[in-house]
Amino acid sequence: MKAIEFENVSFCYEESGAFSIRNLNFSVEQGEFVAVLGHNGSGKSTLARLSNGLLEPDEGTVSVFSRRITSKNLYEVRKDVGVVFQNPDNQTVATIVEDDVAFGAENIGLAREEIGRRIDFALRAVGMEAYRTATVARLSGGQKQRVAIAGVLALSPRVLILDESTAMLDPRGRREIVDVVTRLNKEKGITVLLITHFMEEALLADRAIVMNRGDIVMQGTPREIFARKEDLLTYNLSLPRISVICEKLRAGGMKIQDTLDVETLAKEIAACVS
Amino acid sequence: MKDVTFGQYYPRDSFVHRLDPRMKFLFLIAYIVAIFLATNFYGLAVCTAVLIAIIALARVPFGKVLRSIRGILVLLIFTALLNILFVDGETVYAQWWIFVITREGLLFAGLLSLRLVLLVLCSSMLTFTTTPVALTDGVESLLTPLKWIKLPVHALALVMSIALRMIPVLMDEVDRIKNAQRARGADLDRGGLMHKIRTTIPILVPLVLSALRRADELGDAMDARCYMGDKHRTKYKKLHFTWRDLLAFLVGAVLITGVVLLRIYLPAPF
Ligand SMILES: Nc1ncnc2c1ncn2[C@@H]1O[C@H](COP(=O)(O)OP(=O)(O)OP(=O)(O)O)[C@@H](O)[C@H]1O
Ligand SMILES: [Mg+2]
Repeated sequence: MKAIEFENVSFCYEESGAFSIRNLNFSVEQGEFVAVLGHNGSGKSTLARLSNGLLEPDEGTVSVFSRRITSKNLYEVRKDVGVVFQNPDNQTVATIVEDDVAFGAENIGLAREEIGRRIDFALRAVGMEAYRTATVARLSGGQKQRVAIAGVLALSPRVLILDESTAMLDPRGRREIVDVVTRLNKEKGITVLLITHFMEEALLADRAIVMNRGDIVMQGTPREIFARKEDLLTYNLSLPRISVICEKLRAGGMKIQDTLDVETLAKEIAACVS
Repeated sequence: MKDVTFGQYYPRDSFVHRLDPRMKFLFLIAYIVAIFLATNFYGLAVCTAVLIAIIALARVPFGKVLRSIRGILVLLIFTALLNILFVDGETVYAQWWIFVITREGLLFAGLLSLRLVLLVLCSSMLTFTTTPVALTDGVESLLTPLKWIKLPVHALALVMSIALRMIPVLMDEVDRIKNAQRARGADLDRGGLMHKIRTTIPILVPLVLSALRRADELGDAMDARCYMGDKHRTKYKKLHFTWRDLLAFLVGAVLITGVVLLRIYLPAPF
């Protein structure tokens, strides 16, 4: 079943002259983990906002689990498709962790006991159960972002979209978020759309798509995508660090195959040296 | 991170923390009424004793509570000085030009300062012992009657809780902007009053802009979490009165009656 489906979608912000999304066709299967790459202004956030009805397409249709998004079913759609944004400070509503996680569950009118259960579940899923009554402002960036994810999980969404949710975090915070998201995808079967600038994060996905000027220009497994180095560079994207290292080693005269796996690279280097 | 004393919740599992926020609000109002009904030191002594009991019960460190006076220190000294220097009275201790220091003036200054201090301490005990969410739920619940005249009580309460939650974020932001200005050579630390005022503007403008951007993003994040006003919204934390609240109610009632009786039977300040 298709979790999200875009059919000939175009979108233009009122204030801007140009289309931010042009005639886009694209779908995500249920349970899939898709990474979305693309340089600044390529339309990634617009894609995310169209996927849960925060924006309405000018042309074409967006469907979530075979339901076309209309102004009447926004509520149901948003229960299914949760979005976590970039800045953790701008998406927490309450001062205390559990109150913030409860916010979404309260909005959909759940009973008190059920909200309690959802908070337990969501905080456990992101590994923050020890911080239930902590003050959000005192947490680290990675922890704040995990609370933001928990706040979305409390709505038990079937799709989780992360719009550059790791961009403001340090490497450790990024690792925490990526681990949580991968686990949610593998263990709970939640469909994940991970929008990111970090090529390393895209390696974890089943499929990666590259956006440029409001359209999808490359699509395939992360390996296929990163093998097309020249194309990536034309779309202003960098290569994952490991590819850069391979390249440099080769330039330095070592016989190294391109790889995206650290272990493999380590073995190759060892073989070359000995 | 900076410690923001105002609106800072001090987590503890105490009798006072467990009181219904609405009861705490009502008690605070009763307490303030009592402070101003007390015309002599006996009445205020009773009020002080009650406050000390509350702080002890809440197990919030006294030092932390006392520190909340800092915010009104200037006001406190100013009003005390005015009273000491200008209030006329029978027993004159000293006189110079238009200033007189009298027994009455001293007493009056003492009474007024004590009232102000009690007022601030008791109000800050409310925020020390109540989470912002409980606080706003309390406000929302107490203001419910105003829904009849179509006042958006729910929205107002939410605005209040978001404002409280944003205080630390915006404080950090001010620091960041100040540092950014300093890095560009702005001189923020010296200069007279006019200079201080002039240098506030380049801090204020980016602060307001960033607050607006934050508000925009927060709105999206709330929409994404199915926020649709208070239509079919439920509450995770239900407020309910318990025996504790009844007890607090009785203490408040006894306090007011006691102060009024003291006022009638002991009219002198001492
Ligand atoms: N609120 C808005 N009003 C007008 N134009 C906008 C608005 N938001 C985005 N745009 C424009 O739409 C285009 C796509 O923006 P979008 O935010 O989707 O890009 P993005 O891929 O998310 O970029 P980034 O990596 O910077 O987050 C850009 O050209 C941008 O200038
Ligand atoms: Mg974006």
